[in-house]
Amino acid sequence: MGKIIAKNLDFYYKDFQALKNINLEISEKKITAIIGPSGCGKSTLLRCFNRMNDLIEGIRLEGEILIDGVNIYRDDSDLLFLRKKVGMVFQRPNPFALSIYENIAFGLKIHNMAKRKEIPKIVEDCLNSVHLLDEVRDRLNTSALKLSLEQKQRLCIARTLAVKPEVILMDEPCSALDPLATLKIEELMQELRKDYTIVIVTHNMQQAARVSDETGFMLLGELVEFGKTQDIFTRPGDKRTEDYITGRFG
Amino acid sequence: MNPKRRQKIVFSLLFISSLLVITPIFLIFFFIFKEGIKVISWEFLTTSPARMGGGGVFPAIVGTLYLTLGTVLISVPLGVLAGIYLSEYAKENLLTRLVKLAIINLAGVPSIVYGLFGLGLFVIFLRFGASLLSGCFTLSIMVLPIVITATKEALNNVPQSFREVSLSLGATKWQTIRYCVLPYAFGGILTGVILSIGRASGETAPILFTAAAFYLPHLPRSIFDQVMALPYHLYVVATQVPGVERRVSYGICLVLVVLVILIDLIALITRYQIRKKKLW
Ligand SMILES: Nc1ncnc2c1ncn2[C@@H]1O[C@H](COP(=O)(O)OP(=O)(O)OP(=O)(O)O)[C@@H](O)[C@H]1O
Ligand SMILES: [Mg+2]
Repeated sequence: MGKIIAKNLDFYYKDFQALKNINLEISEKKITAIIGPSGCGKSTLLRCFNRMNDLIEGIRLEGEILIDGVNIYRDDSDLLFLRKKVGMVFQRPNPFALSIYENIAFGLKIHNMAKRKEIPKIVEDCLNSVHLLDEVRDRLNTSALKLSLEQKQRLCIARTLAVKPEVILMDEPCSALDPLATLKIEELMQELRKDYTIVIVTHNMQQAARVSDETGFMLLGELVEFGKTQDIFTRPGDKRTEDYITGRFG
Repeated sequence: MNPKRRQKIVFSLLFISSLLVITPIFLIFFFIFKEGIKVISWEFLTTSPARMGGGGVFPAIVGTLYLTLGTVLISVPLGVLAGIYLSEYAKENLLTRLVKLAIINLAGVPSIVYGLFGLGLFVIFLRFGASLLSGCFTLSIMVLPIVITATKEALNNVPQSFREVSLSLGATKWQTIRYCVLPYAFGGILTGVILSIGRASGETAPILFTAAAFYLPHLPRSIFDQVMALPYHLYVVATQVPGVERRVSYGICLVLVVLVILIDLIALITRYQIRKKKLW
């Protein structure tokens, strides 16, 4: 059974229907890419998985999203627990205007996850798992805003890891980065895949082809095609997918 | 006309207007300082006034400090909490719109109206009498709109993305406000506090019937005592007591201005320190 399952998902911003009858199954400990032209609803779909859309006024959702078999839109579902379990990395690297250390420790503190003495060790482990520790070891207490964009994005990933999520949602995590930095983040994703279920939204088809195990193609709020990345890119089942990945529109 | 010349003319116009705007401020300071400094002495600052207008201003300095401090203690917590509620929690409906409209309008009410309101509510109805307490409450009501508006603006200026990140990590709304929003709004809120300190320490009308004593050579012994206050003392000396030298009034002015500047300076330094620590 998939880690995340969407069943007959419809999503509305007021009267505008942004998602139309989405059905998909995201496998555990794999990387799933969502591609499609601008405005097709990729971010909207992603933000349904951790209910970040709840912040927007006038939204409506029909259908179900199951994570580990539990409908996250059930009335009694625990929003804070969900968001701890399903972390998110945003398009623009957005560390808090705190020190590098405090950025990572933030999640530990709000969830009361560690004793005071244990926090430094966990912070180091998190930084280490995104390969940032060696670069910043001697300046953990300086502002995170002074890091390079790529370091910031890795810090943001580490910040997400600190609360021990099971799923990581990434909304165009590399679109603010140069090609070399992008490659580094992609390598990191490959490593994280061993322990986490990753869903990445991307504009960059090469990136989807490079990093993901499975790919979904969206168009105007519909999930046109979903399957093994290799299949989608070599023999797409739908004419529209083919047109998109061969660059004939969008 | 060629664009470069036009640019020069516009630039000069802008420069002259800003010069014109600050000239009166400089002139005011200059005259207050020039005349006022003549009467300033250790004795002037530390003794009580004499019955017929001479003497020092010590009780008035202390009174103004008490009134300002009391006002800050009441209005800042109340105003900041209200501002947080209005900007972060209140749903956009008829009631909140009315409340916001009321706050905007309250800021424009003449201060004498607050004075009379304070007289009616605190002095007479609640039986606090003309006292430090009534004065602080009256001044607080006057500056509340400033604090609330500053808080609201400061919170609105914190980027939405800060809130999103915090919530996406599973923080509660309150944790998000407490750790990811308020620290960045602090500077703006403090600016509002500085404005209200200036307003509270300088106004005469709100304390006229609620707190200020015409002549009271000793310091207040409790919050139910009347106090002297610099602005009211200035008014009294300048208009009600015949035969007092002009420059005594300037001296009182100078003390008031310097006092307000000192209080603001403390607030500014606090803001600077906190920003430095927050790396913002
Ligand atoms: N807060 C909102 N209110 C109303 N409509 C919205 C809102 N956010 C997004 N939309 C609309 O929903 C549709 C899908 O938006 P979404 O951001 O999910 O697209 P996307 O595929 O992520 O696009 P992009 O590649 O540009 O990020 C768009 O037509 C957009 O205009
Ligand atoms: Mg998007």
